[in-house]
Amino acid sequence: MAAPDVAERALPGQFVDVAVDTTNTLLRRPFSIYRTSRQGPWAGTVEFVFDVKGPGTRWLSERDTHDALDIVGPLGSAFPIPQQRVPCLLVGGGYGTAPMFFLAEELRGRGLRVDMIAGARSSDRIFNAIEAKRITASVTFTTDDGSAGEQGQVTDVLEDVARRCGSGVVYACGPMPMLRAVGELAGSLGLPCQVAVEELMGCGVGVCWTCVVPIRQKDGSLKMKRSCLDGPVFNAAKVAWEACT
Amino acid sequence: MTADLATDVGGMQLANPVLVASGCFASGAEIDRFYDVTELGAIICKSVTLEPREGLPTPRMAETPSGMLNAIGLQNPGIDRWLAKDLPWLADRGAAVVASIAGTSVDEYRQLARKLRGANGVVGIEVNISCPNVEDRGTVFACRADPAGAAIDAVVRESSVPVFAKLTADVTDIVEIATAVIRAGAAGVSLINTVLGMAIDIDTGRPKLANVVGGLSGPAIRPIAVRAVHQVHQAMPQVPIIGMGGIGGAEDALEFVYAGATAIAVGTGNFVNPFAALDVCRGLGAWLDARGLAGLSELRGTVKLP
Repeated sequence: MAAPDVAERALPGQFVDVAVDTTNTLLRRPFSIYRTSRQGPWAGTVEFVFDVKGPGTRWLSERDTHDALDIVGPLGSAFPIPQQRVPCLLVGGGYGTAPMFFLAEELRGRGLRVDMIAGARSSDRIFNAIEAKRITASVTFTTDDGSAGEQGQVTDVLEDVARRCGSGVVYACGPMPMLRAVGELAGSLGLPCQVAVEELMGCGVGVCWTCVVPIRQKDGSLKMKRSCLDGPVFNAAKVAWEACT
Repeated sequence: MTADLATDVGGMQLANPVLVASGCFASGAEIDRFYDVTELGAIICKSVTLEPREGLPTPRMAETPSGMLNAIGLQNPGIDRWLAKDLPWLADRGAAVVASIAGTSVDEYRQLARKLRGANGVVGIEVNISCPNVEDRGTVFACRADPAGAAIDAVVRESSVPVFAKLTADVTDIVEIATAVIRAGAAGVSLINTVLGMAIDIDTGRPKLANVVGGLSGPAIRPIAVRAVHQVHQAMPQVPIIGMGGIGGAEDALEFVYAGATAIAVGTGNFVNPFAALDVCRGLGAWLDARGLAGLSELRGTVKLP
């Protein structure tokens, strides 16, 4: 969609909150930003990726070119960029792969090596494999049914890939169980890991306190942090996964 | 705009009658990214308790037809931190602040009110005696007249600003409860809090909320709220009412004014549209101007009954 102000300001990891005009749904739908264009023929556009899962996304899927959308964004925190020149490993599960493309472009633009692991249920659910190969030094696909790439989960290949690529940092986006597994594995390998969580949101702007994630504080206590305002990007080592429900 | 929106709400002199409902605006700074929140009549802050609370586990929210259920569990930093950090930010900006307090005993309400005495920027107190999300449903003050009156009495005795009782419509006779809190010294009532509800995921057979039940809000409850305002206004026309429940635009707000509300508050509407409360404020002025009305008071409680 064309949204020049959002395209200008958006950072990888942030999201847009999209109003959907169905008969009886009220709330906006949050989507991670997949890509923005600041120059060229697509300048001023913002792209997000979604699957039809309910009435809101069904309504969105029925929009036509030039239809107007009501969006709020860019919202939330961005993936921090490494201060040292380390190879970066980007791990995406399902539609969580989408923001990894935006992040990959940003990291590449800073001259950093980018490797990717993209997991999906089956080969037809892998998002934009060609683009993933184009923008990374290496990409490894995993599918639950083995119909493409390695059969299994992203965590089954993560250690090998990280070792082979000399990864110095891990970024992940996808379902919470995957983020937990990636975060814990990265931690055991001594790699810093940033995750963009997918928690159910109400308002997207920090006022409803729906989308909280338990974050461990320096004193060991847990604080429920809003994934729309303090997140969606969190340091995986600080997320109290065992307290997530 | 020629209409004068300045409103006296039970002794609170507000620049306009548009407020934001407790728990729907955090502490103000979040929405200040979208517009100057001091343009609002007042900000009813998220309820604070004596001690900090981390709230309930997730999922805390479920979207339902024309509304949403929530069970947040009064997550808040506690009154001391709120007084030290959140309130000064609003007060420095010049916002009119209505503090919202929630307790589990009459003594807690008393202590909370005592801590609010003389707090800079606080123009009123809303006593949350009807939050349906605290774990023990059995102790909801707002469901019975005597405990409701006792909590309000405790707050009024400690307070130097007008006190409003926030009531639930989940009662047999809301007029009875409203009468009790007014007798206890409340300057007015806030009507209504969320309505207790439940939703079930039929794929898993589990409740959609971790807390099983939660508060229903949004347009789905607007007719319930308008009815409650109407009943209380008919019984006690002199009592100021802050009406709320499913207000997203000026037209919605006007229903409450016709029913008898002195002021209105936007709650879940803020989640849908961050500019909702500002839109309501501007929309009310435009609506009055278009009809040549000088202010909302001309309209208050003028619903034409058969």
